[in-house]
Amino acid sequence: MAHAEAQAAQHAAHTEQQQHPIKLYLLVWGLLFVLSAFSYLVDYFGLQGYLRWSLILIFMMLKAGLIVAVFMHMAWERLALTYAILLPPLLVLVFVALMVSESNYVLFTRVTFFGAAP
Amino acid sequence: MSAPIKTPAAETLSRPAGLAGLASDWASDQRTFKNVSWGKAMMWIFLLSDTFVFGCFLLAYMAARMSTTVPWPNPSEVFALEIAGTHMPLILIAIMTFVLISSSGTMAMAVNCGYRRDRRKTAILMLVTALFGATFVGMQAFEWSKLIAEGVRPWGNPWGAAQFGSSFFMITGFHGTHVTIGVIFLLIVARKVWRGDFDTERRGFFTSRKGHYEIVEITGLYWHFVDLVWVFIFAFFYLW
Repeated sequence: MAHAEAQAAQHAAHTEQQQHPIKLYLLVWGLLFVLSAFSYLVDYFGLQGYLRWSLILIFMMLKAGLIVAVFMHMAWERLALTYAILLPPLLVLVFVALMVSESNYVLFTRVTFFGAAP
Repeated sequence: MSAPIKTPAAETLSRPAGLAGLASDWASDQRTFKNVSWGKAMMWIFLLSDTFVFGCFLLAYMAARMSTTVPWPNPSEVFALEIAGTHMPLILIAIMTFVLISSSGTMAMAVNCGYRRDRRKTAILMLVTALFGATFVGMQAFEWSKLIAEGVRPWGNPWGAAQFGSSFFMITGFHGTHVTIGVIFLLIVARKVWRGDFDTERRGFFTSRKGHYEIVEITGLYWHFVDLVWVFIFAFFYLW
């Protein structure tokens, strides 16, 4: 009995299956469609400025989160894998900060020394 | 039945959850990724590296766009189409987005059917996914030809900053390559599923190892990643 249980456990551990209700996938699928439609409408209605950028970013992050969490099953993985995969990309934000500063400097030199108006 | 026998597998299953689990999984002298096969862990790590590749492309685009003194072409107008006499801004890109999301949906279904060992449905859903992927690449080819005909080149374009062309061809070209490779990957795995390789435990021609339905999920990880990258490209390149 114990042996059979251990065997079953070993099998489960070897091929951990991501088995979730189809309904959940359909829900996420629908949400992705709606969110994409919303992002398209941001452009369609020609929203501008901070409203446009914040809406684009919000819809983008929601879509990305849904895909990674449900379609890629990250929500059900152990934290050891989740953090190993999801934390390193955050460091790209440091790179973004560096490049924003660099770009501003390049623009400054172009405007100041090459006489180009922005 | 007295005290349960502790086997390595049983121990794996009884490991702590949450942050305590994180610490114990990463502790020394053991396999870090419990319950995840090497194939899946390696696909995730590959996807992480690919995240940095696309991250760098988008960063290069950001730097080019922020530092240019020439106005950036308006993507809403550049990618507009005349459909039945109506001017639709960005419509082609919106359709491409919906095609790719649909393909992600069918892929998620295929993974689900794969784990239920439904050979037929899994293969059909994977083929539908591949078809959506091929449609996407076809639409991208149309978009490229249209822009090239309008005079967009990596070194210049009729509407503004020269860096628009180079960023566009680099980012969408690399993404399209990923989609194409994904379609080929899908077709190969779909053929294996259709033939029943994972039911008869047929050995792979290259590795001589038995395959499992898990490969459907691994293929799915790659495919969803391609969709994920498009989410970011759509937001930063087309909508910004």
